[in-house]
Amino acid sequence: MSTALPPPETPPAGTGTTAGTSAAAAPPPRRGWSSRVRGGISVARVPLGAVVLAFAVGSILIWLSSLVTTKSLDLGLPIKAYGAMLEGAGLLGNVNGLVNTLVQAGPLILGGLAVGVGFKAGLFNIGAQGQFLMGAVAGAGTGAAVATWPAPLAILASILAGAIVGGFWGFIPGLLKARTGAHEVVTTIMLNTIAATFIGYLVSGPLLATGFSFDRTGDIGNAALPIIFGRNLHLGVVIAFAAVPIIWWLLWRSTLGFEIRTVGANPDAARYAGMRPGLITVLTMSLCGLLAGIAGAIEIIGITHFMNASYGTNVGFDSITVALLGGAHPVGITLAALLFGAMRAGAGLMQIQTQIPVEIVDILQAVVLLFMAADIVVRRVFRIRKAGPVVEEIATVARSYGGGTSV
Amino acid sequence: MTETAPALSMRGITKRYPGVLANDAIDLDLRPGEILALLGENGAGKSTLMNILYGLAVPDSGEILLDGQPVTIAGPSDAIARGISMVHQHFMLVPVLTVAENILLGEETMANAVFLDRAEAHRRIVELGRRFGFEIDPEAKVGNLSVGWQQRVEILKALYRQARILVLDEPTAVLTPQETTEIFDVLRRLAREGHSIIFISHKLYEVLAIADRITVIRRGRVVGTRLPAETDEDDLAEMMVGRNVQLVVDRGESHPAEPELIIEKFSVADDRGRVVVKDIDLEVRAGEIVGIAGVAGNGQDELVAALTGLRRPAGGRVTLGGKDVTGWGPREMTDFGVGYVPGDRQRYGLVLSFPIEDNLVLTSYYREPFASGPVRNDPAIRDWADESIQAFDIRTPSATVPASNLSGGNQQKVIVAREFSGQPRLLILDQPTRGLDVGSIEFIHRRAIAKRDAGSAILLVSAELDEVLELSDRIAVMYRGEIVAIRDGRTADREEIGLLMATGGKAPIEEVTTTMSVEA
Repeated sequence: MSTALPPPETPPAGTGTTAGTSAAAAPPPRRGWSSRVRGGISVARVPLGAVVLAFAVGSILIWLSSLVTTKSLDLGLPIKAYGAMLEGAGLLGNVNGLVNTLVQAGPLILGGLAVGVGFKAGLFNIGAQGQFLMGAVAGAGTGAAVATWPAPLAILASILAGAIVGGFWGFIPGLLKARTGAHEVVTTIMLNTIAATFIGYLVSGPLLATGFSFDRTGDIGNAALPIIFGRNLHLGVVIAFAAVPIIWWLLWRSTLGFEIRTVGANPDAARYAGMRPGLITVLTMSLCGLLAGIAGAIEIIGITHFMNASYGTNVGFDSITVALLGGAHPVGITLAALLFGAMRAGAGLMQIQTQIPVEIVDILQAVVLLFMAADIVVRRVFRIRKAGPVVEEIATVARSYGGGTSV
Repeated sequence: MTETAPALSMRGITKRYPGVLANDAIDLDLRPGEILALLGENGAGKSTLMNILYGLAVPDSGEILLDGQPVTIAGPSDAIARGISMVHQHFMLVPVLTVAENILLGEETMANAVFLDRAEAHRRIVELGRRFGFEIDPEAKVGNLSVGWQQRVEILKALYRQARILVLDEPTAVLTPQETTEIFDVLRRLAREGHSIIFISHKLYEVLAIADRITVIRRGRVVGTRLPAETDEDDLAEMMVGRNVQLVVDRGESHPAEPELIIEKFSVADDRGRVVVKDIDLEVRAGEIVGIAGVAGNGQDELVAALTGLRRPAGGRVTLGGKDVTGWGPREMTDFGVGYVPGDRQRYGLVLSFPIEDNLVLTSYYREPFASGPVRNDPAIRDWADESIQAFDIRTPSATVPASNLSGGNQQKVIVAREFSGQPRLLILDQPTRGLDVGSIEFIHRRAIAKRDAGSAILLVSAELDEVLELSDRIAVMYRGEIVAIRDGRTADREEIGLLMATGGKAPIEEVTTTMSVEA
């Protein structure tokens, strides 16, 4: 676990070596929970700052939009809007809102992990979107085919199908990178487009169900995920949350995770240590695809229960923001997914109460991403000296474009 | 000694970091036109002191005087404005830009508000270079320059900013002996022109060769200042470390047994497919250290990479412990009992962002007791890490600190602790002490000899001829991919080995210098 969090603040430049000399006498402290939490807070400062700044920018946009539409300036409008959002997200005690937040967060958690695990191996998986779509269509097709099976089997089959097909959609760019060096950013973007058109073909062709006025897949019957709480908290949300400790365990408790992180942090050292970076790349990309694929399948069999030919979603792209905001760490990703889930869940009420369009949520997300990328702004505003780990993840990706740029 | 005010004077500089007194009332004088060597082990407080001078750190107490005037240095740009420049050990250059562009970065010579005056800048750069004895092409891409020339660009950058006080942080760590000599010439010219130079190093013979005065720092305090004429390496080493240091470790008798590693007709190609290791035959016996001496770039890197499984050999055979291991990968070699201390420790030997404990199991994480099947056994890793930190005197507050926080010497100790563990049948040591302080060098040399006496076969590759001479039972000289001579380590003649390294024993002596500059 200690690897998950950066060490406590170290003295500024040039003293790292000096510190070692006299500290040798002190007994090596073991990291307890309190220091981990403190470390976590220290790491979270940049992401938190980015969110706060994004909401500040959002306030300005809310003022501007009300100025344009109502020709009057209500200074308290952002507070009202964000308040309504909080209420809608159930954070003021509304159970239905809370359930909505969880339901919205579920796919973002899985998608965020699909991107975050890639970061850990030094891979920028922009393909979560395509992997999600492929998983979704596989879930829809399988669900319709096994609609009459006993529910547990039908559900399992549908999710497995999503996992396998999504995983395959990650395996392709992984293999291309390992074998030919083709950059995953390029190949996954291409595969996203292919997936988007391919599902259209599948739904209007091989998977087309008869007897409907529009092109869609068949009813999934028993494959539908049971609602376990409230109006719409389906089992898939539990699966998404369950993936968090599993992925954490994989990354920090298994030897495979050690290999993934080593390949991501220093591929040369990985080779020296006898690891096989190519194999790890393929495995990691497949795992990323698998996670996104499960998210897709769950979304279908948990919520929409079928797929139409023009099925559209942004979960895969939002997942990139989630992963970056969450510092590519399972816990951070969960928190980021909950935040975005809450924003989505609360947006409806915000629009009803304040006439602020729900699209403001997309803008907020985009601004968060902007501030995460330009973290220097956040650090200036909040006087944070140390760069967060998120910056390292971006650096990994940047490095993979530039090749060796150091002298 | 002189009546003129010192160019720089640091008085009573004290700097405390949590738990560490990095600088303890340090006094330092730098006279105009002087080369002052600042000598100290890693972690002695040299960097902190220089960071204070450069405005990167604020002292808790003490003052800085420039030409007798007290000043406060607000930051690097302020330091530069006051004529203080620093040349870092790791160059701060943009490889894809030209020499001129690198020098102009941040200090653009403008023709008008919009455009650079390239012609004027080029003229000034060439002129500056000539003044200090070298011809530089301002149009050359920095990435294509040798390390020695990149260093000159760094120095030019400082001079272009009209530095009067130049701080060089271990400038020779990455240079070949020839390049070092050349840089020394440049530094002497600079001093003659009135520039004052602080030269940070822990290489004793270099300091003796270049400095006008030598100030030694240990644990944050100045322990003394010496003139080169009145001191020697042993004296300086003792001041630095605080105890008597054996610069040359007593290697004792070796008792070589059967040949452990047998290399036959071994050839290796480099990345461009050129055969750079040609039909080498070499044996290393158990309980013996064989040193490979050679100017860097004569095929040693490729030979080591092929022996450790990081590169496919082009031909020949390697037998280890009676088994044909030709073409084995790194994992197979590790499992078969090969320890390897890589030459580029930060690139290959460590994952800098990982904690020390993870780095200590980098090549064994998958084995019992550090893993049971696919699951890491963290308690076992912890115990082993604590044990290694003790046994190898790795100076760190805990095993969970990232390796990047350690000094170079302690980073290397992490690698040595890892690779020397167990009973390796073969140890390959590639530049095991490059850039390390005397204390760490002594430590690593002792460990290597202990491993030899415990029966490991050791192949040592080093660009430091002294290191090869001190440790090796037999010395193989490598020249242009071939082993041109093998000598007994105890009776080998330094001059002869040096000549073999430079010429391969074939070329007439007159060609020595030209050949070497080509190789370098």
